[in-house]
Amino acid sequence: MVWLIVGIVAAVLLIIGIVMYNGLVRLQNQIDNAWAQIDVQLKRRFDLIPNLIETVKGYTKHEKGVLEECTKARTAFMGATSVKDKAKAENMLEGTLKTLFANAESYPNLKANENFLQLQEELSGTESKIAYARQHYNDIVLEYNNKVESVPTNMIAKMFSFNEKEAYPVPEEERKNVKVQF
Amino acid sequence: METKVNIHEEVRWNKIKTYMIMSLFIFMIAILGYFLGILYGTPVFGFGIAIFGAIFYTCIMYIQGSNIILKTTGAREVTKREYPHLFHTVEGLAIAAGIPTPKCYVIDDTALNAFATGTNPKNASITVTSGLLNKLNRQELEGVIGHEMSHIKNYDIRVMLITAVLVGITILLSDFIFRTFLWGGGDRERKDGGQLVIILIVVAFVLAILAPVIAELIKVAVSRRREFLADANGALLTRNPDGLASALEKIKADPDPLVDKANKATAHLFISTPFRKTKGFVTNLFSTHPPIDERIKRLKAM
Repeated sequence: MVWLIVGIVAAVLLIIGIVMYNGLVRLQNQIDNAWAQIDVQLKRRFDLIPNLIETVKGYTKHEKGVLEECTKARTAFMGATSVKDKAKAENMLEGTLKTLFANAESYPNLKANENFLQLQEELSGTESKIAYARQHYNDIVLEYNNKVESVPTNMIAKMFSFNEKEAYPVPEEERKNVKVQF
Repeated sequence: METKVNIHEEVRWNKIKTYMIMSLFIFMIAILGYFLGILYGTPVFGFGIAIFGAIFYTCIMYIQGSNIILKTTGAREVTKREYPHLFHTVEGLAIAAGIPTPKCYVIDDTALNAFATGTNPKNASITVTSGLLNKLNRQELEGVIGHEMSHIKNYDIRVMLITAVLVGITILLSDFIFRTFLWGGGDRERKDGGQLVIILIVVAFVLAILAPVIAELIKVAVSRRREFLADANGALLTRNPDGLASALEKIKADPDPLVDKANKATAHLFISTPFRKTKGFVTNLFSTHPPIDERIKRLKAM
């Protein structure tokens, strides 16, 4: 009788353990997936940049510096491997793109160019997708880290060495609440 | 703005609710079949036919319901080329929510409205009116899409879809039966007085059972809580509650909120009630949406 009870308790504990373990694995896979999603969007932006530079070139002869800056930031990103380096190079790229679009304001011909407008829409769409992909990544990392640290999942996490993950650093200006303009 | 109610719990509840609504509907139709069977002398046969029909209908609607809803509201699937900014917004927020990108539909109507439908995030779609696309700026559109995206993520769309199709057929059926008893079957009534009594009982039964059940179903589907929750989760996705708040302001100010092809069965799908604002007891009783001012107030407070 005692053995039966012990057996049942052990089985229940085992099942709970399996469920917790599977939960951690699921989250870990989601994190990998979210990371890949960021990469997909970043890649998309890289593919758009040469097109953009090509289009802008013809109109803005004396803004060479910005274009070169853009290309440089792009190559810098390619070399980055860690989360921190990537985020840094990415911010640089974002900054140069912003300057580029700001400069474009003073070229009415360029602003009227169909191709440029399309690229601008495409890039701003990709830009927000990158932000959303990062946000999703951080959401899942937060959920995962909470599980890894809190009782009782932390026991399972320790046992099978699920380690805490690094969140994607968000640029300073994006932390502020964006206000809607009317 | 940490309003994150446990999402897994929400999803589980919504799935259970869907099964409850389906069973309730099948049970109701079966009872109705039984009573109609009594009328024609074969209650067991009536019961069998009704239960078979109800299950068959429910299954078909579960699979095809979203297509039917899209058709009846006059929505058409659009391409990325036509509405690039709609697509970018939908794709972006799908990434933020971590679900597959829903399909995009547009209703050509000047009214400002939107809805999401489907049975799970994999086959979901988001529909907006062309008026909405024209009048909202990017942040406002993001707010609306974020609201719809959280309906999808929470499986609200499944409950709402099933309710829409089942309420639709129930209204149709009770209407049909009611009319049949009022105008048809006159011959039999004159021959046999006893049958008239049964007919009256059945009519009373239909009216007594169906009406409150329909009202109840609609209430379950569009509990105010569900809309508030979608507002909050949507704001969490866009990280910008003001976008949705200002979109709701514009929707509120819309002089003609009527989406031409919306009806009582599909009304609760929309982000804001598709009918003209009227103030009456019955309207409020069947009102499918929480007051828009209250929603704006809550969003502003986030």
